[in-house]
Amino acid sequence: MRVQIEGSQAVAEAVVLCRPEVIAAYPISPQTHIVERLSRMVKQGDVGRCQYLNVESEFGALSVLIGASAAGARTYTATTSQGLLFMTEAVYNAAGLGLPIVMTIANRAVGAPINIWNDHSDSMALRDAGWIQLYAETNQEAADLHIQAFRLAEELSCPVMVCMDGYILTHAYEPIDLPDQAGVDAFLPAFSPVQVLDPSDPISIGAMVGPEAFTEVKYLAHRQHLRALTLVPEIAGAFEQQFHRGSGGLYAAYRMTDADTAVIALGSVIGTIKDTVDELRDEGIAAGCLKIGCYRPFPATQLRTALEGVSRVIVVEKDLAVGIGGIVSVDVRMALNGSPIPVHTVIAGLGGRSISTESLKQMVRDARAERLSEPHFLDLNVRVVDEELARRYEQRRAGPLAEQLIRAVNAIGTKVI
Amino acid sequence: MVTAAELLSTAAFTDGKYAQAFPSFGSERMGAPVMAFCRIDTQVIRTREAVTHPDVLIVQDPTLLHQVELFAGISLGGYILINSTFSVDDLGIGEVLKSMPSDHVCVVPASDIGVKHMKRPIANTPLLGAFAAMTRVIELASVQSAMRQKFHGSLGEANATAAKEGYDHVITYLDQERSDQHHARAN
Amino acid sequence: MTTQRIKFYQTGTYTAGNRLLDDEARTVQSRLDRTNSLNSGHRACQGCGEALGARYAIDAAMKASHNRLIAVNATGCLEVFSSPYPESAWQIPWMHSLFGNAPAVASGVAAALRAKGHEHVKVVAQGGDGATVDIGFGCLSGMFERNDNVLYLCYDNEAYMNTGVQRSGATPPFARTNTTQAVGEAPGNLLGTGKNVPRIAMAHGIPYVATASVADLHDLEAKVTTAMGMNGARYIHIHVPCPLGWGSDPAHTLKVARMAVESGLFPLFEARSGAVVDRTRIRRKVPVERYLELQTRFQHLFKPQRDREAIAAIQAIADENIATYGLRESGSL
Repeated sequence: MRVQIEGSQAVAEAVVLCRPEVIAAYPISPQTHIVERLSRMVKQGDVGRCQYLNVESEFGALSVLIGASAAGARTYTATTSQGLLFMTEAVYNAAGLGLPIVMTIANRAVGAPINIWNDHSDSMALRDAGWIQLYAETNQEAADLHIQAFRLAEELSCPVMVCMDGYILTHAYEPIDLPDQAGVDAFLPAFSPVQVLDPSDPISIGAMVGPEAFTEVKYLAHRQHLRALTLVPEIAGAFEQQFHRGSGGLYAAYRMTDADTAVIALGSVIGTIKDTVDELRDEGIAAGCLKIGCYRPFPATQLRTALEGVSRVIVVEKDLAVGIGGIVSVDVRMALNGSPIPVHTVIAGLGGRSISTESLKQMVRDARAERLSEPHFLDLNVRVVDEELARRYEQRRAGPLAEQLIRAVNAIGTKVI
Repeated sequence: MVTAAELLSTAAFTDGKYAQAFPSFGSERMGAPVMAFCRIDTQVIRTREAVTHPDVLIVQDPTLLHQVELFAGISLGGYILINSTFSVDDLGIGEVLKSMPSDHVCVVPASDIGVKHMKRPIANTPLLGAFAAMTRVIELASVQSAMRQKFHGSLGEANATAAKEGYDHVITYLDQERSDQHHARAN
Repeated sequence: MTTQRIKFYQTGTYTAGNRLLDDEARTVQSRLDRTNSLNSGHRACQGCGEALGARYAIDAAMKASHNRLIAVNATGCLEVFSSPYPESAWQIPWMHSLFGNAPAVASGVAAALRAKGHEHVKVVAQGGDGATVDIGFGCLSGMFERNDNVLYLCYDNEAYMNTGVQRSGATPPFARTNTTQAVGEAPGNLLGTGKNVPRIAMAHGIPYVATASVADLHDLEAKVTTAMGMNGARYIHIHVPCPLGWGSDPAHTLKVARMAVESGLFPLFEARSGAVVDRTRIRRKVPVERYLELQTRFQHLFKPQRDREAIAAIQAIADENIATYGLRESGSL
């Protein structure tokens, strides 16, 4: 059924279609509309016997799901940013125990400074915890990925994060085709756990493993996780068969056939990049774009093949590895190991800064003219930063960094016309 | 304003168009300046960047006129709708907007219309009706349909009526403007 | 024919035997069909009070739930010594997640059972004082306020023992631990710090709160059985001596526990919906010294000289407990 709906509402509807049994939620912007909608639907009786717990923290939320999943229930929660970090211990625990929990990450910047707007620093911070990470380009894909995620998680016995850009997607109203219940039931069978707490067949879950076996346990988890490289495209294919719509997959190429410049990114910015590619093509520049849909496990071989023949790669990423630069670009470089293709790191959109087609076009022109610094910070106000640094060298008690810079940038200043 | 952008996008959707509406702020805080954006197109909308060069600007809170750089980015062929009972000159923005064609700028007493039909100074609905009249991007009927979808029963009807009054206000204004211009040319 | 209940006390021995009692009044531990939920072969220290307490409590819970029980365990001594991979001493479904989340994990298990219509299966969460009183406190409070259907058992040995004896929010005043050492102007743990989690549990208004001790098996089993017959959030705080951390004789664990009860330092009581409803009277009150002198963690109060002030302060705590809970009064409350 095609409707004009807020992204968060679409995700909630998709989750309900998957017949979750236990939902735990702690509110944090910009995920609130998802958990509010789910709460209403559960309370109204629209989700069968599903139990919805209002928990005391994000750490509590994921911990509740760890117990529920171990007891054989299909489980779901959503969080972002500070909340995701607050549950870090539990995130690693869930992956280590092999529990097929599905969690939405409404991507948001991580403080300090506190910032509620979108970037990928949160999910990037936990990219190595052992969860599968899928990134949605549109709200349609966000809804679809949740349905695929439950199937993927349960087949692999591995938890899955579905990442969608906070505000940009969660709070955007756009047309969505909501799947029907019969279709989802056909696509997603009932949860059949690999391990379950059951008095008729007692087991112990969560043993301590010492040096003699820890490596093997971790390697097994790694191997299991890598199976997603096969399973993600399979499930995307099965989804397309069931719902007649392409969604998900390891990656997607746009006008890459004869591209000499490939722009790689994750999430909603891909939409803007596609418009950028079209405009550049009109200018005679052979640009193309590659969307990474599954970031963990990292589809290294597949990307390497997709990038064959390009002259340069620009990775546009909404995250910053302080002290080194890129995160996604480092993975891309590893995938291209041994190849002479240069990989440019462009840090953009941090803390919700809008990424414009104009800036992206200039970025491509600069890359082709070898004018891009490495890493390159898109739309950075260097003057303000240099002035502040100079001030700090002169004055020991220079005051809180954020406050000074905001004043300098005058972003919240009122202007008189 | 978030609801207005949402309603506009629903109206466009009802009209068979593609629409993308999103807010620019975050925390749920009453009384803070808020912006929302809506893109409408006949094709799938892919871009996610902020709207920096709007074709239409709807100002729901006139107290913001002199506090924020509201008119930056609007193109010469763009449209401006302002919720107020005062004229453009009385609002002190006559100078700023003098380069825009007069039939592209209209002040609508939207809050008053809201009070009249919904007993609360809800400006959204009349402004969307006004938008339909001024830009012709969507049909009034689609605006009204969106109202009835979002607000059920008598409230939906009240909103639909308010939308029509906003629409009629602009139609009257545009007729008057054309008539004035016609007379001005004739003289 | 008139009948009169006579209680028989066995003094000088600490056997769990119930020779003089009717069958129904005998303890779960005295039965041949006891579950041994925490089976032998675990790696606990000699004389470990927690191993004893856990076996007592979980066996009673298994009987009460007709062997339909799932246990969630926080990180700590009990978890570590009972689950050395690839072995496990647990004969029941058992899960260990993290240090601070046992109450939440248990809430999740209970929610799953409810979603599946398996509410005849019961859930117990257990952890040491560190996991309960400190790091898991937020989750514990959440479980309480939601009134989740979980019985939480806290095995209180009054410090972080598994990591080598460090102070927790349950460490008593003046006790020596490795982070409250017996040096300086105020040796040992500071007087005036610490939390009374049973009272905090009561403040949440949950259906059932009780304190218990390994020294009184009947009492402990009865409380577990009572709690298992109820729904909602329930909490039992069990005093368990740790010979290693307390510096007591491993052969005297029960004696030490009994002294704590008989001095008034560890009052045994029950509360329902926030109000104390019953307590176990002290049969023979002992001065706190009789308890303290059994443990080297308090030896700095006696050597090189007696710290009269500290001992008096501890005695005052015991006396206040006796007054608060009516531990010396006859009859019911």
